[in-house]
Amino acid sequence: MNLLDILLIIPAAGFLLTLLLPKDNPALVRNFTLFVSLIAFVLSLGLIGPVQSNPGHMTFETNTQWIEYPSIRYHVGLDGLSLWLVILSTFLTPIVILVSWKYIQNRVKEFYAFLLALLFGVLGVFVALDLFLFFVFWEISLVPMYFLVGIWGHDKRIYAAVKFFLYTMAGSALMLIAIIYLYNKSGTFDMPLMLDMMQKGRLALNGTEGFWLFLAFFFAFAIKVPLFPLHTWLPDAHGEAPTAGSVMLASVLLKLGTYGLVRICLPLFGEAARQNAAWIIGLAITGIIYGALVAMVQPNMKRLVAYSSVSHLGFVVLGVFTFTQVGLDGAVYQMLNHGISTGALFILVGMLYERRHSLEIADYGGVGTSAPWLSTMFVITTLASVGLPLLNNFVGEFLVLQGAAQVNFLYAVFAAIGVILSSVYMLWMVQRTFYGETPSEVKHHVNDLSAREWAVLVPLIVMMVWMGIGSQSFLPAVSAQNAQILELMKKPAAKEVANAR
Amino acid sequence: MHQLWLIPALPLAGFLVNGIFGRKLPKAAVNAFAIGSVLLSFLWTVKILLALDPLNAPYVERYFTWIQSGYVNVGFDLGVDRLTAVMLLIVTGIGSLIHIYAIGYMSHEGGYYRFFAYMNLFMFFMLILVLAANYLLLFVGWEGVGLCSYLLIGFYFLKKSASDAGKKAFVVNRIGDFGFSLAMFLIMLNFGSLDFQNVFTKAAANGGGLAPNTITLICLLLLVGAIGKSAQVPLYVWLPDAMEGPTPVSALIHAATMVTAGVYMVARSAPLYNLSPTAMEVVAWVGLITAVMSATIGLTQYDIKKVFAYSTVSQLGYMFLGLGCGAYSAGIFHVMTHAFFKALLFLGAGSVIHALEGEQDLRMMGGLRSKIPVTFSVLLCAAVAIAGVPPFSGFHSKDAILLAAHAHHPWMYWVGVVTAGMTAFYVFRAIFLCFFGTYRGTAHPHESPLVMTLPLGVLALLSLGGGYLDVPHYLAPIFGGAHGEHDEALVVISVAAGVVGIAIAWLFYVVSPGLADGVARLFSWPYRVLYNKYYVDEAYDAVIVHPIRDGSTTVLWRVVDAGLIDGAVNGVGSLARSIGGGLRNMQSGYIRRYAAWVVLGSIVIIAAVSFWGGLR
Repeated sequence: MNLLDILLIIPAAGFLLTLLLPKDNPALVRNFTLFVSLIAFVLSLGLIGPVQSNPGHMTFETNTQWIEYPSIRYHVGLDGLSLWLVILSTFLTPIVILVSWKYIQNRVKEFYAFLLALLFGVLGVFVALDLFLFFVFWEISLVPMYFLVGIWGHDKRIYAAVKFFLYTMAGSALMLIAIIYLYNKSGTFDMPLMLDMMQKGRLALNGTEGFWLFLAFFFAFAIKVPLFPLHTWLPDAHGEAPTAGSVMLASVLLKLGTYGLVRICLPLFGEAARQNAAWIIGLAITGIIYGALVAMVQPNMKRLVAYSSVSHLGFVVLGVFTFTQVGLDGAVYQMLNHGISTGALFILVGMLYERRHSLEIADYGGVGTSAPWLSTMFVITTLASVGLPLLNNFVGEFLVLQGAAQVNFLYAVFAAIGVILSSVYMLWMVQRTFYGETPSEVKHHVNDLSAREWAVLVPLIVMMVWMGIGSQSFLPAVSAQNAQILELMKKPAAKEVANAR
Repeated sequence: MHQLWLIPALPLAGFLVNGIFGRKLPKAAVNAFAIGSVLLSFLWTVKILLALDPLNAPYVERYFTWIQSGYVNVGFDLGVDRLTAVMLLIVTGIGSLIHIYAIGYMSHEGGYYRFFAYMNLFMFFMLILVLAANYLLLFVGWEGVGLCSYLLIGFYFLKKSASDAGKKAFVVNRIGDFGFSLAMFLIMLNFGSLDFQNVFTKAAANGGGLAPNTITLICLLLLVGAIGKSAQVPLYVWLPDAMEGPTPVSALIHAATMVTAGVYMVARSAPLYNLSPTAMEVVAWVGLITAVMSATIGLTQYDIKKVFAYSTVSQLGYMFLGLGCGAYSAGIFHVMTHAFFKALLFLGAGSVIHALEGEQDLRMMGGLRSKIPVTFSVLLCAAVAIAGVPPFSGFHSKDAILLAAHAHHPWMYWVGVVTAGMTAFYVFRAIFLCFFGTYRGTAHPHESPLVMTLPLGVLALLSLGGGYLDVPHYLAPIFGGAHGEHDEALVVISVAAGVVGIAIAWLFYVVSPGLADGVARLFSWPYRVLYNKYYVDEAYDAVIVHPIRDGSTTVLWRVVDAGLIDGAVNGVGSLARSIGGGLRNMQSGYIRRYAAWVVLGSIVIIAAVSFWGGLR
């Protein structure tokens, strides 16, 4: 049992232990789950060194049998692609626990238990190397989010939760079929094994098979991303979820989709991915511009940020489907950046909501006067989100656009319009919320940051600056693994051509 | 190592101290950090330039890798050459003076520490911009100064017009930055680097083997960025609105330094522009159109800051005209002299506004000559400098540009001369309206304190004598020697145009004050067009802003998102519910019905199996 296995066990055990805690002692529940999540975070930091010294290969690999027949294995491992996503998840979990400290007063125990269950699910997805295990974790991550939205959400929470669940399940069903088909074909669920068989020519997918399998996985992931036009669950889910739910949803759960694209679609179905890249990029760019335009006219802050996510995630998909080192590195980096900056945006919007009990932009104004530090944090986060250089998003967007320009200059032209629009919708929201005269409701209710809120925000701001200036701390590991994936994409393509003859 | 990084790092430190602790610090401490950091930065610049003199080759310091992925490798590198040296001295020198002036000007304003924190942050980014040794780091400064411009224009954020103007500046600049970033992608793709030395070395060697069209495209996209930042047609609309910011901001950012970043960037990219005559021609045209258009608007404005704002746009147009004619050094020369006299015009205007307790309308001024004599005399210095009266600073640089224009296309010279006449007219119009005649307002004018008049005095000396700092000669190793023959006749004509402009202003506003209104009535239709700035803002609103906003609301959000996509999703949902309803009928609990379903199912399975089997 290595560090990674322990890291997986901690949130699962934490979840079960939380359920055993007494119901009438919410303080104990909060402190306990915070403690568990902090342990998970500290342990996850121990993963960095070993992976960075060998980023192109699996580290902390465990491969034991789970079910004998059909052969399902507990096969997990970590490489440069999954490393930072794992850290992002463990980094954000204590933060969202702290964010919920005051806000969640109802069914406290279940709430925090679900947060740990969620961490367990997403960690599993990021480290699973067995497709069936991947699927199991994929579904596990879905359940707590469903309850987080459905129980602790706003007025339309049931509609939003069901919509989220059904959308995702539709994708999951297709993915499951594809996984089973692959198993029938290869006799294994084990992804590295499948890749190995493909390299050696023992597993070959013809064009039609490759196309449909790719499409099944792609559909499941595209819903999660969400890629235009599969995005309409997102504004509802974000708009209704409690802050912690919105943060985990935007920062981590959406990344399951983009991670799946890079981890599964690219190496396993390289040829199909290439053939379908044009229209996928078309949808990604449409989503970038469309999401920004619709975000611009949202009267509700959370829905605005949600649509901005559609735009930002469009950059990620664009970068992935350039199949260039630069574009792919940018895409993975952008996953992390979006996790930090959009997570921070949702937290800040949540802080405003806790004070003024409204998400309508029109109910605010002049917050800059009554809560200057809150406003400062919001503006810094906004600047990160619109891709200001020296903050995190700039690096990712720059690389994605550079990769896009490499494939087709017009891709970069259209996608870069999204960068212009991002400043329009974000600054407009900032202006209407923080500038101008302060209405009395705002003046009386919106006070400045508490110590707990400082503790939540400072780490996020630090990360924005660090990732914006010191990208060298993070990118090399990502780059090394992406190079491997692009290498894998080349070889099966050659095989398939040989088979076709 | 000469520790170049200290030049931008000092103002950054000032920003951090004042930004984080400023609220609790006494004013004296805020001043000490804000002004001290900029002054130290100026002194450090001087020390480094003395140590590096004569700076015949670029001196570069490489600190760390910023972004590395595939063929993309961008370092955090700062460098100095003679072009940067000139810009550094302008930025830190003028910056120091304006910071000192602001102590007096802002003394009664709320958010004092915040103002200086933003000003220091601006200095940091502006210094990064001119020190950057590659395009991406230049872009950092580029976007950063845009941010500070946004924050400082919207400094009085309680006023909606101020925050609107800030947002407009940022967004319009972003449109320019869109072009700039696309240019960077092409440079990176074609040259494999964004480092100035690498790119320009390759470009010098046979154009880097690039197709001429690619070079032209790169140059034009860079120009889009420059047009946004330096407020050229068609993206100049943000600069007049930017006057919502405090006056020291107008002087520092929107006159002396930031808005000249586009000129600097084009001059920096001279090795690329030299390869594309087409792009050069476009630069010259953009500059000339901007110069004329905004000068005509300036003729009719009554807000003293707006007059100077349009004047800035116009003068920036001159600089672009110079660049487009290949006279890069003349363009940079004008950047410098313009920094002197335009900063002085704005700060002087600020002193007037300060004296009149916030009044900015020229119609409410008049006769202030005797009431604020120091301000009057320094503004007069700036006015003769910008009007091109020899031997003051504007004369030298404008002359260099006009001569280059004549060598390029003689007609461009003539248009430039007419514009110079208009420039002299509107500046002196403002001076006469403000200081001559009788006082038309109600305030009690008082002269500004020494902390404000002292920087004005220094700038006045620079405006008068700055033309003798021979920038073109100093920059010759980078850009080559003089452009255009020195023709006495051409010089006399352009000087005469300025004098005529002053004379007409004197006639209209001092000798017979009713005359201007008569002329305005006589040409009422063109006057209205000019007074309303050619209705460009209204046109942009009607053609771009409103369609995008309304289209996004009604079509994209309500029809596509809520109607089509969600309609389809909900349709699938209700379909599933009705199927589910049908399936529920199957689970009726009656054994007999289950049996029927089993039989039916078996038949289907057998049929299917035999069908598929039969196919085999």
